[in-house]
Amino acid sequence: MTLKDAKVGETVKVLKVTGEGPIKRRIMDLGITKGVEIYVRKVAPLGDPFELTVRGYELSLRKEDAKMIATEKIS
Amino acid sequence: MSIKIALVGNPNTGKTTLFNALTGSNQYVGNWPGVTVEKKEGKIKWNKEVILTDLPGIYSLSPYTPEEIVARNYLVDEHPSAIINIVDGTNLERNLYLTTQLLDFGIPVVIAINFMDVVRKRGTKLNLKKIEKELGCRVVEISALKGDGIEEVAREAIAISTKKPFFKKDIFSHKTEQAIEKIEKIVSGGYIEERELRFISVKLLERDEEIVSHIDLSEKGKKEIEKIIKALEEEFDDDSEGIVISERYDYITSIVEKKVSGKDKISTSDKIDRIVTNRWLAIPIFALVMFSVYFIAIGTIGQWMTDFANETLFGEWIVPGAVSLLEGWGVSPWVVGLVADGIIGGVGSVLGFVPQMVILFLLLSLLEDCGYMSRIAFIMDRVFRRFGLSGKSFVPMLIASGCGVPGIMASRTIEQQNDRKITIMTTGFIPCSAKMPIVAFVAGEIFGGGIWGAVVATGAYFVGIGAVICSGIILKKFKAFWGHPAPFVMELPEYHVPAPKNVFKSTFDRAWSFIKRAGTVILLASILIWTFQNVSLDSTKSEVVMDVETGEAIHGVHAHEIYDEDGNVIDYEMANHDGPHFIKEGCTSKSVLQVLGEGLSIVFKPLGFGESWETSVATVLGLVAKEEVPGALGTMTEGRNLSSAADEFFAHSRLKGLSFLIFNLLCAPCFGAIGAIKNEMNSKRWTWLTLGYMTGLAYALSLMVYQFGRLVRYGSFGFFTVIAFILLAIFLYLLFKPAKFSIFGIFKKKKA
Repeated sequence: MTLKDAKVGETVKVLKVTGEGPIKRRIMDLGITKGVEIYVRKVAPLGDPFELTVRGYELSLRKEDAKMIATEKIS
Repeated sequence: MSIKIALVGNPNTGKTTLFNALTGSNQYVGNWPGVTVEKKEGKIKWNKEVILTDLPGIYSLSPYTPEEIVARNYLVDEHPSAIINIVDGTNLERNLYLTTQLLDFGIPVVIAINFMDVVRKRGTKLNLKKIEKELGCRVVEISALKGDGIEEVAREAIAISTKKPFFKKDIFSHKTEQAIEKIEKIVSGGYIEERELRFISVKLLERDEEIVSHIDLSEKGKKEIEKIIKALEEEFDDDSEGIVISERYDYITSIVEKKVSGKDKISTSDKIDRIVTNRWLAIPIFALVMFSVYFIAIGTIGQWMTDFANETLFGEWIVPGAVSLLEGWGVSPWVVGLVADGIIGGVGSVLGFVPQMVILFLLLSLLEDCGYMSRIAFIMDRVFRRFGLSGKSFVPMLIASGCGVPGIMASRTIEQQNDRKITIMTTGFIPCSAKMPIVAFVAGEIFGGGIWGAVVATGAYFVGIGAVICSGIILKKFKAFWGHPAPFVMELPEYHVPAPKNVFKSTFDRAWSFIKRAGTVILLASILIWTFQNVSLDSTKSEVVMDVETGEAIHGVHAHEIYDEDGNVIDYEMANHDGPHFIKEGCTSKSVLQVLGEGLSIVFKPLGFGESWETSVATVLGLVAKEEVPGALGTMTEGRNLSSAADEFFAHSRLKGLSFLIFNLLCAPCFGAIGAIKNEMNSKRWTWLTLGYMTGLAYALSLMVYQFGRLVRYGSFGFFTVIAFILLAIFLYLLFKPAKFSIFGIFKKKKA
């Protein structure tokens, strides 16, 4: 599954960031790397973007970009 | 000899606050990631030998954003003697990730950890000693806002500036380090300096396009490097860029020891966000906040103050005061006119807005500094993305509904350069408070108020918003706005109680730049327009003329009096006067402005309001201040009021009124806003492009509305109807054409 499929309140673990170029670089630069845990805090009132907690800070990321992040659910 | 020290850090870490505290200069600070776009320099207050450079806030040193390129080019080319790396203590991992990249330059680094008070309040304990030992650089706790520890950081930076280059070589895994070493061997020698070697080698390993294109390598060398990279990528099953990033983060995770005492507490920020960005409450809260801002700034307090400034301060005190003062000195009447009506009147009509602006800026600075603005962008992103912009574009437009000047200035916070440009180009379309009198004139006088008037007034907003949306869609398709695709990633900063110092500084800076503009651009424009209004180049006969040099009425000299039977003067024969001269009241001589208006009338004829030169003149006067447009129309009529203006110039034709309204809403904004556009674009070319685009779009839309209106209403079809159809076709084509294309029609496939 990708981060896009994650539900609010779930914590997921990053398996891989797919894709290439600037978007991948930016996502990884912000700390979304293999093995890191992401907590899905909420979704914006209009359904997009996500608000995530990564490495102890809050980040908003569009669902479209979240598709590039392969994850697995951890309870 | 001076020492160069660079200040580097993530966006929103208090970097500019630290810079201001150390240098005493007034840089703008905001609680919004990405406020500093270019680098700024200043000397340390207590040691003028030390030049501190404030680099833009960056997350990394990738080649993909202008800010990051500015920062890394500075570090490579200028080679500062030391780096102060400001780090957000509440967000150590991501901040230290940048630190690991800074260490590749071999420049001595001192780490300044900011926001430690917040860290402690949260009950988190950080092992800073371990970080210090592992990274091999001093760590100093600071509070940039309170000024704690900042002198120590600066002294430490000066102390280490004489140190020899130091390269830390155990950040990456053994295999990656080996690959870097191999690349170093290939590129070493030649013109690459020893100190740049590690940075360049790591970047080559990442296949950094900027570095690859700048490094002169033999084909053999390139192949060898590619072989090394390929081998590493196979080993780790990722691309080299990903490997480097992951390993940097893994290293940081291994050295950051966090001890969270007690349970995971819900921070205050979380609690606020639960309500403020709540699914159901977010939008009503947002609407309420914005309504309050406008109610206070535009509706009540700001309005009272602006009314006072316009009517009492300028209207009753300053202008009459200046007139009587100048008249008392016996200055020529034309000088009195120029100073009182031209300069004080023109600049005053803009300065009158200052109280309103100050209150608006103050409230917006409060929202910005406490962190709410980022939430607005978060809430509104979905809407704006539809037409190619991001949530961050919303804030400037929101502000522009009050006044375009701060609106355009607020675009500075948009990180993506292309989004920023488009936002600057379109923010002026939003009807600002100064455009309201035009709307009121057309809705009230031409449409006669009532339901149709209300429809027109509301429609004005939709026209503005529609113009923004369509422009977003169209402009994004032009080559000039391509650039690298970038994800919308935005950090939501912690809420904090606004710091009065920051709020006042930002309010003052914004208000000051508004006033400065009034003092320069608007001053010049006012003088120019007054002169145009009052000088005639015409050599036709006029009743009363003044000599340009002396300003004296010369009708007595040149004109012949005409007597009645009893010998009383009943009239003057018109005097011949060649060359420029001032026009006195009641004369029929054509002013330069009228001549200009008549010339422009031809241009406006297809739009329906070109039959009288006065409408063109009023449109031009709108460049000084939009709210002058209806007033100017009124004063140019016999009846000197708006209803006779509607009668004389528009013949109460709704179609003409509509076309006039659309053109005036969308065309080039007032000089104040043009100045802001020039400031933010920082390019003459882009300023002209913006003005051209706005005026062009305004013209095309007005023409279409008028011509199609005539076609439907009266069935009239002519040359301009054809033009209108062509324009419509072009407009729809640009709007719905899916692929990106260049202006020159070279079609290209969308880049992946």
